[in-house]
Amino acid sequence: MKITNQVVESHGLKIEEYSNIKKLLKREPNLLELGIFSAMWNEHCSYKSSRKHLKNLPTKGKHVIQGPGENAGVIDIGDNDAIIFKIESHNHPSYIEPYQGAATGVGGILRDVFTMGARPIALLNSIHFGSPNHFKTKSLLNGVVSGIGGYGNCIGIPTVAGETKFNSTYNENILVNAMAVGHAQKDKIFYSRAKGLNKSVVYVGSKTGRDGIHGASMASAEFDENSEEKKPTVQVGDPFTEKLLMEACLELMKDNSIISIQDMGAAGLTSSSVEMASKGELGIEINLEKVPCREENMTPYEMMLSESQERMLIILEDGKEKHAKEIFKKWDLDFVVIGKTTNTNKLTLKFNNIVKGEIPINALASEAPIYDRKWVKKKLSKSKFDIKKLKNIKIEEALIKILSSANHSNKRWITSQYDQMVMCDTVQKSGADAAIIRIHNKKKAVAVSVDSSSNYCKAHPLTGGKQIVCENWRNLISVGATPIAITNCLNFGNPENPKIMGEFAECLIGIKESCEYLNYPVVSGNVSFYNGTNKKNISPTPVIGGVGLIQKLKEPIDHQFKKDNSSIIVVGKTFGHLEQSVLLEEIYSITDGQPPEINLLNEKNNGESVLSIIKNNLVNSVHDVSTGGILITLAEMSMGSNYGVKINKPKKLTNLFKYFFGEDQSRYILEVDKNNIEKVEKILKNNNVFYENIGSTQKDFFEIEKEMKINVKELYKINNQWYNNY
Amino acid sequence: MNSSVIVFPGSNCDRDIASALEKFQFKNQMVWHKETKLPKSDLIVVPGGFSYGDYLRSGAIAGKSLIINEVIKAANQGCLVLGICNGFQILTETGLLKGVLLRNKNLKFINKDVNIKVINNETKFSNKYKKDQILKINIAHNEGNYFTNPNHLKDLKDENLIAFKYCNKNGVINDDFNPNGSLENIAGIFNSKKNILGMMPHPERMVDNLISNTDGVNLFSSLLN
Repeated sequence: MKITNQVVESHGLKIEEYSNIKKLLKREPNLLELGIFSAMWNEHCSYKSSRKHLKNLPTKGKHVIQGPGENAGVIDIGDNDAIIFKIESHNHPSYIEPYQGAATGVGGILRDVFTMGARPIALLNSIHFGSPNHFKTKSLLNGVVSGIGGYGNCIGIPTVAGETKFNSTYNENILVNAMAVGHAQKDKIFYSRAKGLNKSVVYVGSKTGRDGIHGASMASAEFDENSEEKKPTVQVGDPFTEKLLMEACLELMKDNSIISIQDMGAAGLTSSSVEMASKGELGIEINLEKVPCREENMTPYEMMLSESQERMLIILEDGKEKHAKEIFKKWDLDFVVIGKTTNTNKLTLKFNNIVKGEIPINALASEAPIYDRKWVKKKLSKSKFDIKKLKNIKIEEALIKILSSANHSNKRWITSQYDQMVMCDTVQKSGADAAIIRIHNKKKAVAVSVDSSSNYCKAHPLTGGKQIVCENWRNLISVGATPIAITNCLNFGNPENPKIMGEFAECLIGIKESCEYLNYPVVSGNVSFYNGTNKKNISPTPVIGGVGLIQKLKEPIDHQFKKDNSSIIVVGKTFGHLEQSVLLEEIYSITDGQPPEINLLNEKNNGESVLSIIKNNLVNSVHDVSTGGILITLAEMSMGSNYGVKINKPKKLTNLFKYFFGEDQSRYILEVDKNNIEKVEKILKNNNVFYENIGSTQKDFFEIEKEMKINVKELYKINNQWYNNY
Repeated sequence: MNSSVIVFPGSNCDRDIASALEKFQFKNQMVWHKETKLPKSDLIVVPGGFSYGDYLRSGAIAGKSLIINEVIKAANQGCLVLGICNGFQILTETGLLKGVLLRNKNLKFINKDVNIKVINNETKFSNKYKKDQILKINIAHNEGNYFTNPNHLKDLKDENLIAFKYCNKNGVINDDFNPNGSLENIAGIFNSKKNILGMMPHPERMVDNLISNTDGVNLFSSLLN
């Protein structure tokens, strides 16, 4: 087949990139080789637009064992325990085929974690859909939720936390980000770097089919009206096989048989073999006729580009083939030596002893293009609203409207479709600020949370980037955990557009600032560009997944009120920032203006003070003040418990809406027993933390003095009916 | 007491039930599905999960596996057999328990804590519970909607073979507190000799206050009694 410009473009490569390929090869590639370049040089695999900015993120710290660059990040939590975690996007496939797209997103991220020797202990997700009224939203929502549940429930790993959001920006490009967290022995971590010559390269797991061919390239382009035709590029998941593969790998990992191991994720056999060889500065030779195939007459091109799921590539120590094969046979999985490591520094592909393609590894990896794309700073919108001119409504009406909205209604109808308890270590399930997972047979636990705020990031990318890291940090603090490290999933539009690239660059500056100040390094992550359809890009949506440590696990702290007549303390100052707030969006449909500022000094000080109060057992419940401000936070603390609040009217701020719905940052609400209040105030005063005592809990009623009073059960009902009416 | 937990490919509550058994001092062994002999056992547990991916029909392939012939033999000789969730589905596939488990009536996977009432507390599995005691216990399944024919239902009632029924926290049994559409809110049943119990809820998840509660503990202490 002649490689015409059209063939090049259909592989998602630019003509300039193709000339570069010819230069690197010193000849024209054949179709197989071109396919391999397209798989390795696409945005999804090469990070060509993002790399320049990613390298500024802080990735080191005293807990970090492995930062970005491996299958997942690894942190040290003491006593030879390590936590391995990562978040990844599966946006494009999930829009085309929601069930399989979401399911294989979960499967892929699980493999990233158990490849490194960890037993997965928790799954999280961040899913974003278009407006609930958009004709596609309901089926996408149901498909994605069943896909996530279908995979996690079957493989038997609890899905413990997540977020579900609706915004018309995702009408034609939904986001499905899945995060997996695993536990390993610190001295038993496996990496992808190949070592040694003539070592066996082994293919294990499922057979290779024609599904998912060009999946990674598909995920590196915008959608258009023909997106439906891309369905064959979506992989099909089989959680049952993944369960077997996971158990077989973990069994083989008990001894010293494995030199290196890599899952076949995006770009399948191509990226796994290239990555292992590249990191080990070796060559790799594959005999393609040995690859186990599901379908007849598969060509080398199809085998190398298939993204069939539940497959791994392993490089074994000499003489371990028999032992390893027995394990995979026990689990009824394919195990075939398909090649060996070489000293050629080339990827050599043979079929029945005939060389079908040969490419220097460097050309695919280190020589892959890196772009310093043009970017422009976001022009800031000036807010035009004047609170006095807005339609006058009652506080109670605003509260009810927000609690019954798609975004702020209770998501139990989603989380009850996920097995949250399997493995019997889930100390705190979803619905809390962060989930808590006990380390099996130990006294310690990890807290996990995923967060995003696309409205803030859209309005002011730098502040938005800063804010999500802080929000995530706050969520871990609120359950009594010391935040350790994060993973990030950076969902953006088309990077070739300088405005979009600007959103990316500025969000990353914000993320960096917060991570550095809070000593909260980034250990893994994923970039998803080209989220958009027909040139309409999504709002910038970086998602942060954080892991914190609870050294001595006792009764977990959550956000539900526990007692009658406890004091309610707001930690952090309330200025009444309403721009970009839920109130303006949900009640007045005003979406311009600036997000609230972050003061990192206060953020850290407030957070560390709250953590010390929790560790001293001085609180009954804690909730960070998030979107919707104080009133929504208080409502969330009331609903589901039998206690409401009696709040005194604030004396200083004249506008109640600003006070109760303002989204100023770095704030927490604490429920404190009256006899602990002195001790709590002492800690806050000693640390120079601003706080207010705003009222008390009471039985049954949610009340603001002389303003509103409603039964807590009624609020609960309002908060739980959105999906029933959908 | 010697116990064996059968492990099928796709079982995923095998570790959880083994931990619970060991917590209560059972001498437990894991038995791989390709085995053709069972170790000496006073109790056999068929655990929850998705045996063989639940392909074809949940529990169907496990019901034809090598080891299951040994389970059937042992059960017929009076050995105690406990099937939880997928294990219950497997036991109905083997015929050791009658009836079937259909898709949940809302056609969705359901994971939540529900209340169940102890209907028969005079068995090897339930003697430490009080009659009509109300438990809070976790369910996690796609197919937990128990159904059987009128003759068998009559036998279940006449011979006191219903182990647990779904109810509310005050013990009221009606459609509002039936999570999956089960016939007469049935959550678990015995065979006629009462040496086999199949139940959809997970007692192994309810043995630790830090994780949930301890409402499952008495099932294990009943067995040891």
